[in-house]
Amino acid sequence: MTALVLAELSDGAVAPATLSAVTAATQLGGPVHVLVAGAQGAADEAAKIAGVEKVLHAGDAAYADMLAENVAPLVAGLMDGYDAFLAPATTTGKNVAPRVAALLDVMQVSDILSVEGPKSFTRPIYAGNAIATVESSDAKLVITVRTTAFDKAGAEGGMASVEAVSGPGDAGISTFVGLEAVKSDRPELTSAGTIVSGGRALKDGETFQQLITPLADKLGAAIGASRAAVDAGYVPNDYQVGQTGKIVAPELYVAIGISGAIQHLAGMKDSKVIVAINKDPDAPIFQVADLGLVADLFEAVPELTSKL
Amino acid sequence: MKILVPVKRVIDYNVKPRVKADGSGVDLANVKMSMNPFDEIAVEEAIRLKEAGAAEEVIAVSIGPAKAQETLRTALAMGADRAILVETDAEVEPLAVAKILKAIAEAEEPGIVMLGKQAIDDDSNQTGQMLAALMGRPQGTFASKVEIDGDHVSVTREVDGGLETVKLALPAIVTTDLRLNEPRYASLPNIMKAKKKPLDTKTPDDFGVDVTPRLKTTHVGEPPVRQAGEIVPDVDTLVAKLKAMGVA
Ligand SMILES: Cc1cc2nc3c(=O)[nH]c(=O)nc-3n(C[C@@H](O)[C@H](O)[C@H](O)COP(=O)(O)OP(=O)(O)OC[C@H]3O[C@@H](n4cnc5c(N)ncnc54)[C@H](O)[C@@H]3O)c2cc1C
Ligand SMILES: Cc1cc2nc3c(=O)[nH]c(=O)nc-3n(C[C@H](O)[C@H](O)[C@H](O)COP(=O)(O)OP(=O)(O)OC[C@H]3O[C@@H](n4cnc5c(N)ncnc54)[C@H](O)[C@@H]3O)c2cc1C
Repeated sequence: MTALVLAELSDGAVAPATLSAVTAATQLGGPVHVLVAGAQGAADEAAKIAGVEKVLHAGDAAYADMLAENVAPLVAGLMDGYDAFLAPATTTGKNVAPRVAALLDVMQVSDILSVEGPKSFTRPIYAGNAIATVESSDAKLVITVRTTAFDKAGAEGGMASVEAVSGPGDAGISTFVGLEAVKSDRPELTSAGTIVSGGRALKDGETFQQLITPLADKLGAAIGASRAAVDAGYVPNDYQVGQTGKIVAPELYVAIGISGAIQHLAGMKDSKVIVAINKDPDAPIFQVADLGLVADLFEAVPELTSKL
Repeated sequence: MKILVPVKRVIDYNVKPRVKADGSGVDLANVKMSMNPFDEIAVEEAIRLKEAGAAEEVIAVSIGPAKAQETLRTALAMGADRAILVETDAEVEPLAVAKILKAIAEAEEPGIVMLGKQAIDDDSNQTGQMLAALMGRPQGTFASKVEIDGDHVSVTREVDGGLETVKLALPAIVTTDLRLNEPRYASLPNIMKAKKKPLDTKTPDDFGVDVTPRLKTTHVGEPPVRQAGEIVPDVDTLVAKLKAMGVA
């Protein structure tokens, strides 16, 4: 069983999510190849990933923006030589992989948490309130990988060969217009060791900044938010943690003024240590918190920031 | 232009799902069911496009048991013009749903098929992308803004890195994210009116689609439970504990 992993790129470099997908691919038991659709530099970087045997590099500009309309036929065309295709369950992977699956007439297994057998996997359903074990009967596997559930393969130590590949190119039905990226010097949410998240209780964008940012600075943390905080415009959409936002599992997750709705818990309950600050002693967030503080955040957060 | 909106009947998002003791699935007996929240957003967007003059007709379609009629009536009460129920008691996987939707889209020729980005029960996040692949049409997934511009549609997408905009040639597939709009509530008169709107019933066989599952669910279990920890009395204790745990 040979597996092909779609590399996730960020600013032209191999993103950590790729390394988790490589680990999942390795667990299928056969050789692992990585497809890099983008710059040569990223392909050379991917060639160093521990456990990767070969890197396929698609340098055609049609693939540079990861448009699913162009990338999916490229992947489908390469799949003759592979038994499995894996992508990290990032927004890119979720956009491309089902399109590949349909082209191959395969039912995708989404967001796997573990590999149980050659064709058997666990995956969360109902916002993580249940875990299903599913077995595929398709000839080929198409899988997206929940990155927090798999350790990262080593970014160094591999010596894969790099081979240029090409596909049908531009399908001519879609164009990339632009990316409005939120630039920040903070660690990226899905790979951060510590996350401070704020909820609706933060009142507005300014208050959110005034209270959450200094605490995050003290802890060297990434900043997250509940859906309510994003909907209310305190912070941009890519801060959202939860069933429909980002799935995170840092060493430390600090939830401030977040009630702990199941959709929010779905995104953070695998964190190593959870701290919650909430004025309501019955808030559901306390049922998953290792350390809870029942307090008014407007007093407790500045005090915490000053004492750390 | 027509807009086709697939809507799925799922567990209400306020209900905490309970796993059956025998590991066969989630207990849905006597549980409140509703329209998938992302699909409500899709219906709303389609109706707004119609209200803005960009579309003439909104068709809701559901694949599921007879009770999925209720979900379709909700879509009709919100403002969809007519509905199609593809009735089956089988568990239909996204690939088969996409094949059925493709057959319907070929007959109806909608300019846009507007789906939810994921259904909150199975959380697959696949159907729209699969439909787009099967039809060879472009896809604007996880949409937070949809603007029609002649024979193209601009879709702003919620992606991990921020907001991405793509321009797609019509006809196109769009899947909705949460912040696209706030769905309206159906008014009582509209609920009454919806009862008289046309609802066609079909079966997967009418479209020649084999819905035999490709994935077999062998077990459904509880996620690992997290034990509640302790409530600390004050900030000083919190700081001391965090330091002792080595995380701050
Ligand atoms: C108890 C239980 C057991 C199950 N067991 C299995 C199983 O063994 N194997 C299996 O594959 N699946 C099983 N399913 C789930 C299966 O029936 C899913 O509903 C199906 O796979 C679709 O996945 P999804 O809704 O997550 O798709 P998504 O791709 O997340 O859905 C995205 C969008 O597609 C549209 N859509 C999806 N489905 C429909 C539909 N039926 N009608 C109209 N529009 C639709 C909607 O617009 C929706 O927002 C089970 C479900 C339950 C509740
Ligand atoms: C389909 C769907 C998908 C969803 N996906 C997500 C998702 O991905 N992520 C997500 O987060 N949500 C998601 N939600 C929304 C979710 O259901 C909740 O509405 C949301 O998480 C609530 O955010 P919150 O905890 O900030 O707000 P609230 O629930 O309003 O909680 C605010 C909390 O702050 C506390 N508080 C108020 N004032 C103070 C104070 N002065 N000091 C201390 N504490 C205070 C209150 O006690 C309360 O517990 C989704 C919902 C749906 C329907």
